[in-house]
Amino acid sequence: MALLDIKNLGISFGGLRAVDNFNLTIEKGELYGLIGPNGAGKTTVFNLMTGVYKPTDGIITLDGENITGKNTIEINKAGIARTFQNIRLFKELSVLDNVKTGLHNEITYSTATGIFRLPKYFKSEKLMDEKALRLLKVFGLEEEKDYLASNLPYGKQRKLEMARALATSPKLLLLDEPAAGMNPNETKELMDTIRFVRDEFDMTILLIEHDMKLVSGICERLTVLNFGQVLCQGGTNEVLNNPEVIKAYLGD
Amino acid sequence: MLKNMKKTTKSNIITYGMVIVAYVVMQALVNGGGISNLIQGLLVPLCAYSILAVSLNLTVGILGELSLGHAGFMCIGAFVSAAFSKMNATTIENDLLRFIIAIILAAICAGIMGILIGIPVLRLKGDYLAIVTLAFGEIIKNIMNVIYLGVDSKGLHFCMTKASDLNMEKDGKIIINGATGITGTPHSSNFTIGIILLIITLIVVLNLINSRSGRAIMAIRDNYIAAESIGIDITKYKMLAFSISAMLAGVAGALYSHNLSTLAATSKNFGYNMSIMILVFVVLGGIGNVRGSIIAAVILTLLPELLRALNDYRMLMYAILLIVLMLFNSSPAGIAFRERSRLKKILHKKKEEV
Amino acid sequence: MDFIAHLINGISLGSIYAIIALGYTMVYGIAKMLNFAHGDVIMIGSYVVFITVSTMGFPTIIGVVIAMVICTILGMTIEKVAYSPLRNATPLAVLITAIGVSYLLQNIALLVFGANPKSFQSVVPFPPLVLADGQLVITGVSIVAIIAGVIIMIALTLFVNKTKAGCAMKAVSEDRGAAQLMGINVNGTISLTFAIGSALAAIAGVLLCSAYPTLTPYTGSMPGIKAFTAAVFGGIGSIPGAMIGGLLLGIIEILGKAYISSQLADAIVFAVLIVVLLVKPTGIMGKKISEKV
Repeated sequence: MALLDIKNLGISFGGLRAVDNFNLTIEKGELYGLIGPNGAGKTTVFNLMTGVYKPTDGIITLDGENITGKNTIEINKAGIARTFQNIRLFKELSVLDNVKTGLHNEITYSTATGIFRLPKYFKSEKLMDEKALRLLKVFGLEEEKDYLASNLPYGKQRKLEMARALATSPKLLLLDEPAAGMNPNETKELMDTIRFVRDEFDMTILLIEHDMKLVSGICERLTVLNFGQVLCQGGTNEVLNNPEVIKAYLGD
Repeated sequence: MLKNMKKTTKSNIITYGMVIVAYVVMQALVNGGGISNLIQGLLVPLCAYSILAVSLNLTVGILGELSLGHAGFMCIGAFVSAAFSKMNATTIENDLLRFIIAIILAAICAGIMGILIGIPVLRLKGDYLAIVTLAFGEIIKNIMNVIYLGVDSKGLHFCMTKASDLNMEKDGKIIINGATGITGTPHSSNFTIGIILLIITLIVVLNLINSRSGRAIMAIRDNYIAAESIGIDITKYKMLAFSISAMLAGVAGALYSHNLSTLAATSKNFGYNMSIMILVFVVLGGIGNVRGSIIAAVILTLLPELLRALNDYRMLMYAILLIVLMLFNSSPAGIAFRERSRLKKILHKKKEEV
Repeated sequence: MDFIAHLINGISLGSIYAIIALGYTMVYGIAKMLNFAHGDVIMIGSYVVFITVSTMGFPTIIGVVIAMVICTILGMTIEKVAYSPLRNATPLAVLITAIGVSYLLQNIALLVFGANPKSFQSVVPFPPLVLADGQLVITGVSIVAIIAGVIIMIALTLFVNKTKAGCAMKAVSEDRGAAQLMGINVNGTISLTFAIGSALAAIAGVLLCSAYPTLTPYTGSMPGIKAFTAAVFGGIGSIPGAMIGGLLLGIIEILGKAYISSQLADAIVFAVLIVVLLVKPTGIMGKKISEKV
């Protein structure tokens, strides 16, 4: 059974049909790309999948569980985590604490335990620190663990956002333009990191990206979105050589 | 040992140490007769204001929502506790025990009010939230002015019109008398209890900040969309911060009311003026900086007293100082000036090292 | 008949609130700040009229004009000295500064005029209107307040929509950075907004004190807060919103005083505000804002 199965997804804003008849299946462990020209509705698909918007129609199934119309928190608990196109970190928290917030639902103790410093507090915090540090190491951020998130350079902020998302132990990781604003070297490094994350955590990843080098370099299958509709779906090479896709990107 | 400690732990220890040292010094001065009656009379209010400032900082600095109604929660705590103490002045003879129950009651009532107000208010954002909290604060103050509560052999009597409408037996005793408020509250507050309550407040707030819930609250402050995306329940943690903040304000109210023989809700002590004064403490002390809140509360409360020699001009000086401080703290020119002087200090240090 | 009398009183008080709220709302729309000192500008304006008209014996109209001039200068000075250096600071820093300015104005008034309330004689030289065989008496102040409210509202709407300076205001309130790039003098526009708001505050002060004739250094703060409430009520930043909010607030306050409880009138006003904001979180005429993910 596929890990993610989206059937007939659609949403209208007023009269505008932003996404229409969108179908997508992703197998476990796959690295999948969602591409398309600006304004095609890619981020809207992410927002529908994570409960930011409620779909007008369609069904989203994650690992056999119907998550259509659930709110963001429930969907995160069900196993989808994401990063954002415009980085959204907790700027005034340390790098370590940013990842620890990601562990919020995995390692829990009550507010009272925290305030009265009961034994469970120390045990849980230690566990959180260990887990968070392990994640930071994967992304090469352990040196900066005490920095404020806002003081990190851009590339590392993107990595931290990924680390935070992974901390929620998702089944599916959504990356919204992870390479935006990176130079070719950074992009190359990012590709290695994404591949590493997939292998290390046995993760399924769906990413939106404009950088074709990254897409062709790491994605196994692609879906092309244009004007809210699926233009083409299939293996990366096949899709990128499809004349319809080239037309959508370059015009006639 | 200090070197290996986490930065936050170190900072917290300094905060607790500062409060304890201040207590010891003041106690020594009081016993030695080294300070004026005026300052002595201010010791309990100083503790109350510090608690208020720290608790408001939880809402404004840690949760990141501007509240202009903090005095309302203090008002509830003050009235509930004072009414309780007055009613039970003879039934519970141990003064301290009665006061402790009164404080707990104040905290609970203010906390419940915090939840009731928080449910609608926390859906709003920014300036709208600010004005609604202000409105709630004013409503609480207003209602307190029309409450009449009496007790007689038949039990409690309550009305909102006038004292004679209470229909009490001859042995009846009026507890809350409308705009006149509560008179004859047992004088249970003292500096030691004030400091203990302040330390409890600090423990609650500082431990909360450095815990799972605290991180969730700050995550919401920094970016609520991201916080939601990693599964943090925004409403729950907003309410948590807001109601704890209200509870602590209720405690401050209890401390405050048991230091006064007459308690009435006027616009000066429980109106938006008071809320704003606490907010000034928080902002000048540094938003999110708990220690700064206490320092600002103490300095800004003592300042007008120390300026007493200036007589009529003291509040004028206070106002000017407030504006100048804000300009110095936040305007580009002020920031540039501070950077320059900091740079000078660093350069100076380097020379010494050579 | 009683009800109509209360209603008219409410509309008149509401017109005064609306005039103050217009000042609040314009300043908020453009400078994005809660000008807590606005109420105290009202108080200063009232004192100026008190001195020029009641003490020095100038004709009303001249007194009012002097008050408007002084308040305008005062408003622009406050903006220049206290607010403009904080243009890029956090909203909270600006709010506290505004509170400082409010304290400052109150204490200056306290030093100059003393704490004793001055009894302000109505400077509106019109006789009351007696209708229905003396059952319905409408004071001159009420009539003037209502007329002034309507005129100001129309004038402001025309100004904002039809003049170049008004369009500049709209542009600055929409996007300050973009307005600057289009060659709009942002500082000048903000200054102008404060000037207009303060001049309106002077008019409101005169009307307020003519209707409620005690004048102290703290006279302005409560009406200031209420007018702010009115502005939020109507949707802060919106001119018709301020007008509607002010009127409703005045009517609710007077009717509440008359029919429910005079002591709880303020509580009722604030309770209605809360209810409105819960139903429409950005006020009656406010724009809905949501963040894009």
